Amino acid sequence: MAQIIVVTSGKGGVGKTTSSAAIGTGLALKGFKTVIIDFDIGLRNLDLIMGVERRVVYDFVNLINGDSNITQTLIKDKRVEGLYILPASQTRDKDALTREGVEKVLNDLSEKFDYIICDSPAGIEQGALMALYFADEAIVVTNPEVSSVRDSDRILGILASKSRRSEQGLEPVKEHLLLTRYNPSRVEKGEMLSVEDVSEILAVKLIGVIPESQAVLKASNIGEPVILDEQSDAGQAYLDTIERLLGNKVDYRFLSEEKKGIFKRLFGG
Amino acid sequence: MSLLNYFRPKKTTVANQAKERLQIIVAQRRRADDQGNMLSAMEKDILEVIRKYYLNIDPDAISVQLEQNEDDLSVLELNVTLPDDVK
Ligand SMILES: Nc1ncnc2c1ncn2[C@@H]1O[C@H](COP(=O)(O)OP(=O)(O)OP(=O)(O)O)[C@@H](O)[C@H]1O
Ligand SMILES: [Mg+2]
Repeated sequence: MAQIIVVTSGKGGVGKTTSSAAIGTGLALKGFKTVIIDFDIGLRNLDLIMGVERRVVYDFVNLINGDSNITQTLIKDKRVEGLYILPASQTRDKDALTREGVEKVLNDLSEKFDYIICDSPAGIEQGALMALYFADEAIVVTNPEVSSVRDSDRILGILASKSRRSEQGLEPVKEHLLLTRYNPSRVEKGEMLSVEDVSEILAVKLIGVIPESQAVLKASNIGEPVILDEQSDAGQAYLDTIERLLGNKVDYRFLSEEKKGIFKRLFGG
Repeated sequence: MSLLNYFRPKKTTVANQAKERLQIIVAQRRRADDQGNMLSAMEKDILEVIRKYYLNIDPDAISVQLEQNEDDLSVLELNVTLPDDVK
């Protein structure tokens, strides 16, 4: 039985796909058989971030409709053992994801994988609702900014009332807060909400803080998930996030401005 | 709390304004959701009671709404539509 994790946010462009790619890859690096599913029907993106866009033959909707089977449809990553990508369809039909169809595919994948990562589209419509419905855990991706925090809160409300676990009265979806595009120097100037602010407002356990980083743009340009860039701040922050997801305690890094001053070197940060 | 914090005027930063606004929004959302969940649970129970003692009506035939009309008046409205052939 696979653990199903949705990466969701409400608001668009906060870093869901970047995070799905990084987290899925990170879990596979740890030896878990992992598939990342792109739920953004009509706006396929994960394939680009993973650098597999030229290998897409069939997609999620083909699989649901029975036009293709799992072996034909999943794209095997060439860098990391045990990592697979299920691309979204480019159809304009927003209702292509039926609950029964999604359930059947997830059930089939569940027998073969340890983790299923669902990259949610933005918004709170069908695609986003389908991406979170079957989740055991949710990673709520949030930027330290008012509209993103409000949308995350709405998603938390939906997880608590419209997920399978809530409808069936099971143990609630396990929620994690992932703060991305964090800019410590602006926080220190009081211009931006801090990690403490956001986790206090949303009252969800923090799982990671990813700094605003040039490495993310570079990674998407070359089609390689940023977690494989182990020298980068964002890559390391995602590696830490994986450790916490697996239940290990890891200190937070990149929460304060990098000051390479003599004092910091002498007296520690 | 570091000594610096005593000198920093806490209330005036834009981050603090954002935080206060968000705390109000989040509290409102939670209250509204709690109420919504309470009402749909009530609806389910009432449906069961009607089915047990009276007749097997459709879940759509029942609606429960709570309206806050004025500060000191709330109206709990329960609507059950009985099928035509029950007279
Ligand atoms: N930590 C970061 N530092 C800098 N840029 C980032 C970071 N995270 C994401 N971005 C950038 O933000 C943009 C949106 O990222 P991404 O596509 O992952 O968001 P999304 O939430 O999946 O968007 P959508 O809602 O459209 O699906 C991209 O250009 C990405 O490169
Ligand atoms: Mg995306």
